[in-house]
Amino acid sequence: MKAYVSVFRLRLVNGLQYRSAALAGLATQFFWGFILIMVFEAFYSQALVTQPISLPQLITYVWLQQAFLSLIMLWFRDNELFQLITSGNIAYELCRPTGIYGFWYAKLLAQRLASAMLRCFPVILIAAFLPQPYRLSMPVDAVTALLFVITLILGLFIIISISMLIYISTFVTMSAAGSLLMFSVIGEFLAGMIIPVPLMPDWLQAIVNVLPFRLTADFPFRVYSGHISTSEALKIIPLQLLWLTVLVALGKYTMGKALRRVVVQGG
Amino acid sequence: MITVSGISKSFKVAKRTSGVRSAVKALFRREYTEVEALNDISFSIAPGEIVGYIGPNGAGKSTTIKVMSGILVPDQGTCSIMGYTPWLDRVAYVKNIGVVFGQRSQLWWDVPVIDSFELLRDIYDVPEEEYRSNLKLLTETLDLEDIIRTPVRQLSLGQRMRCEIAASLLHSPSILFLDEPTIGLDAVSKIAVRKFITRINKEKGVTVILTTHDMNDIEALAHRILLIGKGKLLFDGNLNTLRDQYVEDSAASIPTIEEIIVRMYKEYQIT
Repeated sequence: MKAYVSVFRLRLVNGLQYRSAALAGLATQFFWGFILIMVFEAFYSQALVTQPISLPQLITYVWLQQAFLSLIMLWFRDNELFQLITSGNIAYELCRPTGIYGFWYAKLLAQRLASAMLRCFPVILIAAFLPQPYRLSMPVDAVTALLFVITLILGLFIIISISMLIYISTFVTMSAAGSLLMFSVIGEFLAGMIIPVPLMPDWLQAIVNVLPFRLTADFPFRVYSGHISTSEALKIIPLQLLWLTVLVALGKYTMGKALRRVVVQGG
Repeated sequence: MITVSGISKSFKVAKRTSGVRSAVKALFRREYTEVEALNDISFSIAPGEIVGYIGPNGAGKSTTIKVMSGILVPDQGTCSIMGYTPWLDRVAYVKNIGVVFGQRSQLWWDVPVIDSFELLRDIYDVPEEEYRSNLKLLTETLDLEDIIRTPVRQLSLGQRMRCEIAASLLHSPSILFLDEPTIGLDAVSKIAVRKFITRINKEKGVTVILTTHDMNDIEALAHRILLIGKGKLLFDGNLNTLRDQYVEDSAASIPTIEEIIVRMYKEYQIT
C-alpha cells in the first residue's frame, strides 16, 4: 500500500510542475466552453418544442465537462507507460515486488488528479461568477453536492480501468495510436462529451445507457445539475460499482495473460 | 542457491528481405523464424559467488538474466532460486534480488535521483534505518554525494549508471544481476563499480551474476565463468583453468584474456 501511495505522490509532484501546460489548458477550456454554450444557446432559441434538458442545466453540464476534463477524458494518456511497454523498459517494472496493475492504476490516478487540481478550481471559480446566461449554477442542496462528488470519483475509477485496457492492448499491438484513437473517439461520444446524452435520440440513449462510458461524465454532471434526481442517482450508483468491478477484473485477467507472454524488446 | 535446469526459450521473429516488393508481400503472408534464444541451459550457483556470464552478441545472456529475474517465462525447464520459481512467485521473489540493466533506466527522468531512491524505498518497504545505512554506504563507495540531488536527465551516462547500481541495492538484495553494468563508463567509473561489486560481495555476501563484453570486468571480478553461445551453455568453470588450457596452444606469447575468449569463441564456432 505504501508503494502505491508513494508512486502516487511522486507522480503528483511531477504533474504539478507543468504550470504553462495548465495555463494553456485553461485558455483552451474557456474557449471551448464558450463556443459550446453559444451553439446550444442558438439551438435552444430556435427550438419549437421544449428540450429534455433546460439551458441552465446544459450550461452547467458544459462547464463541468471543461473543469473536470482531465478526470473524464479517455485520450488523457501517460506516454511513459506506452514507452515502457514498447521500448522494453517494462523489465524494471517487473522486477518490483508489486502487482503491475495496481501500480499503474496508482500512476494514472495521480496523473489525472494532478492535472485536474491545476485546472478545475480556476475554471469552476471563474465560471461561477460569469454573467448570465453563461454562469455555472451551484448544486441545489448539500446532498446533491455530495452525490456529485461520489459519482465523479466512481466515474474516475471507471475511466482509469477503461484506460488500463488501452495500455494492456499495447502489449499486443505495440502501438498506442490505434486503440487510443478508437477508444477515445467512441468513448468520448458515448460519454456525452460531444452531444450531451439527454439531447441524443431515444434509440441512441438506449445504447449509451447500457455502456459504462456515460457513467464517467454524463451521469455525475447531470446529478450536479439536478437533471437526475437524488433517488434516481442512488439507483445508478450500484451500476457504477458493478461496471468498476467488471472492468478491473477484466483488466487484471488480460494483464496477467499479456505478462505471461511478454517479450522484452531490444536487448 | 540458484539452480537452473533445462531452460529453453524461443522467440518468433518476423523476417523479410528489403525492398517494397517483399514489404507488400509481407502484408499478406508474413514469414516467421523461430530463434532459439536459450536451448537446454543448466547450471547452479552457490551463495556468495561472483559469476561472469559471457558470450558473443545475441547469445542469450540477457534472456537468461530475464528468466532468472522473473521477467520472462521460459518455454521449458525449471529454475529454483532461494526456493522460488522466479516467474511463478514473482512478487515474493523479486524482494530478494537486485537487477541492473545497463541499457535501460529505472530512475525517474524528471526528478532528482534521491526522489527515485525514496520511491524504491517505499516500493520495497525498506525500514528507514536500513535505508539510511544502505544509502550512506552506497553514496560513499559509488561517490554519489554530489549528484544525488540532480535531476536524472542532467546526469552523464557514467553518473547515471552509478545511480542505477545504487538504486538496485537499496533494499539489500542477496542476489544481484548485472546486465552489462559497465557499458559506456570511463576508466574511473569502471574501477569504482568493480571495487564496489567486490566490496558488497565480500562484506555482505551478495551473490553476483554479471554479463559483460568487457573482459577486464570478468578478470577483475569473476572467478567462475559461464560461456553461452547460440543459446547453449558451452563452458562452465574457473577462469584460470581456461587460461591454462588456451595458453598451452600458443607458446609464442602470453595471450590477453580478450584473445583467450576469441580463441574460445572460435573453437566452439559461435562467432
